Amino acid sequence: MASKTQIGKKPIGRDRVIFDVISVVVLTVLSACCLLPFLLVLSGSFSDQTSILTHGYQLIPETFSLDAYKTLFKIPEDLLRAYGVTIFVTVTGTFLGLFFTSMAAYVLASSTFRYRYQVSFFFYFTSIFGGGLVPWYIFNTKYLHFHNSLIALIMPILINVTYLLILKSYMAGIPEALYESARLDGAGDFTIYLRVAMPLCKAGLATVGLFIALNYWNDWYDAMLFLDEGRSDLYPLQYYLNNILTKSQAIAAAAARSGLPMSEVPSEPMKLAMTVVATGPIILLYPFLQKYFVKGVTIGAVKG
Amino acid sequence: MKRSKHPFLQDLKENRIKWLMLLPAAIVVILMCYIPMGGIVLAFKEYNYHDGIFGSPWVGFKNFEYFFQSGKAWSVTRNTILYNLAFLCVNTVLQITCAILLSELAGKWFKRITQSVMFFPYFISWVVVGAFIYNMFNFEFGAVNTFLRSLGLEPVDIYSNEAVWPFILIGVSAFKNVGYGTVMYLASIMNIDGQLYEAADLDGANMWQKIRHITLPGIRPTVVILFLLAIGTIMKGDFQMFWQVTGNNPMVLEVTDVIDTYVTRSLLQLQEFGMTSAAGLYQSTFSFLLVLLANKLVKKVEPDYALF
Repeated sequence: MASKTQIGKKPIGRDRVIFDVISVVVLTVLSACCLLPFLLVLSGSFSDQTSILTHGYQLIPETFSLDAYKTLFKIPEDLLRAYGVTIFVTVTGTFLGLFFTSMAAYVLASSTFRYRYQVSFFFYFTSIFGGGLVPWYIFNTKYLHFHNSLIALIMPILINVTYLLILKSYMAGIPEALYESARLDGAGDFTIYLRVAMPLCKAGLATVGLFIALNYWNDWYDAMLFLDEGRSDLYPLQYYLNNILTKSQAIAAAAARSGLPMSEVPSEPMKLAMTVVATGPIILLYPFLQKYFVKGVTIGAVKG
Repeated sequence: MKRSKHPFLQDLKENRIKWLMLLPAAIVVILMCYIPMGGIVLAFKEYNYHDGIFGSPWVGFKNFEYFFQSGKAWSVTRNTILYNLAFLCVNTVLQITCAILLSELAGKWFKRITQSVMFFPYFISWVVVGAFIYNMFNFEFGAVNTFLRSLGLEPVDIYSNEAVWPFILIGVSAFKNVGYGTVMYLASIMNIDGQLYEAADLDGANMWQKIRHITLPGIRPTVVILFLLAIGTIMKGDFQMFWQVTGNNPMVLEVTDVIDTYVTRSLLQLQEFGMTSAAGLYQSTFSFLLVLLANKLVKKVEPDYALF
């Protein structure tokens, strides 16, 4: 739009100048508000314990220190294990979720499937009505025995109906003629799905796959519900971070294992260093992946 | 004889590959959604672990009575609805403003950077947002109090101060969601016919007139639909946000407890199954009715966008 408004080759009007000034100011202030918490955490993680205890957290640290990171990496086992759990859950969950979702989406988008509306509604209904947390919790723990298992971290967010509908609308955009010619060549539905439909909606798969992966990476809720305190070996990264932040025992346990006396553990900056370490991969990948997410949001907006 | 079979069974046979391809997703949904739905009978039972969902004795509406007489029902419902309304209004205004500013701005790199920065908070987990809150608002070391002290002002203790929480929560919700909505509204603005703007230029319209008479009416359907759909979820609190941002702090529950946090806390800390199922059923029933209502309204305004 911006370029179009200037086609008239008018001199730049006063309204445009005022508008640009307002835009730059408002957008800069809002961006700064979004950036500030990250900068505070980053600078806090590079502060040393005593200056935090005396002055508090500041945007520019009083004294620069790497103590928090050094202590954190002195006992890397817990952190690495949490990373391992999260990576395993994210990779497995994303692969299975994308596979199951795209297969179902292929069938629901196929105009020759007679029950597509009924089955679509079968999936859709779960997003507008649910039995609530308690029956779900009891069913998962008492009857499916998900307690203290990795399935509890994968299964609950494996299928997301919104993503199913997004992929379905991608698949519906594939011309039926392509399916027909494959069918004439003797291909069955699964082959057509794998060889024709999947390659043609790569962009959709990438977008939905990244959303699923993000959900797994950021999940701590299922760990909170289904993992006991004793099973910290199954803790995913975000839940491990949650415990470091909210439970003083978690820091004390880390201190005991590092061999440092509790008084020498930089507990305050360590909490923030842990936050940085847990968020790092997302910050590093974000610039490359952002465009897929933008695409996903845009489709969601247009096709609801 | 063979052709007169039930059409469904016949389809099951003829399209068995398609049905098999639906199966994995369907099994997950049945296990995670449909079977637990049967568990809503718990709301009318007194649950004990030994007898399970179906063996436990019926107690009629006792769980509901308990929930409504505890006084919590009203306060958590009020909080859930008011917070959602506040989030909806504040976020929508900010999102539309940013989208309009971004769409009209000429500087390409400035646009790209601000949009990326504002979208980023959407990608971090609520645990990390919880760390932000701790880092900023902790009474002893928090950055806000450090700043206030350096100005010679009194530090604020947010953990016992009910009045500040609505502002913090509204701010956090905006922080997390403004970028997301901006991208959405930006897409909606880009769909407006460019010729309208050219015609307005020829007529000598200024920026404000174009925004008022072209852009805003152009995104009106999107705004109306998103507003109506939000009505459908107004009874659902954002559990992760409230849990992490308030840190489940008992001092300010009166103003920060929403239905979802109340249910989860009662379940995990008190092992209170009957009353929490009743609260959950109360919430899902109202939510369901609200979705039906919202859908009816959308159908009236923009039939193409109706959910079903």
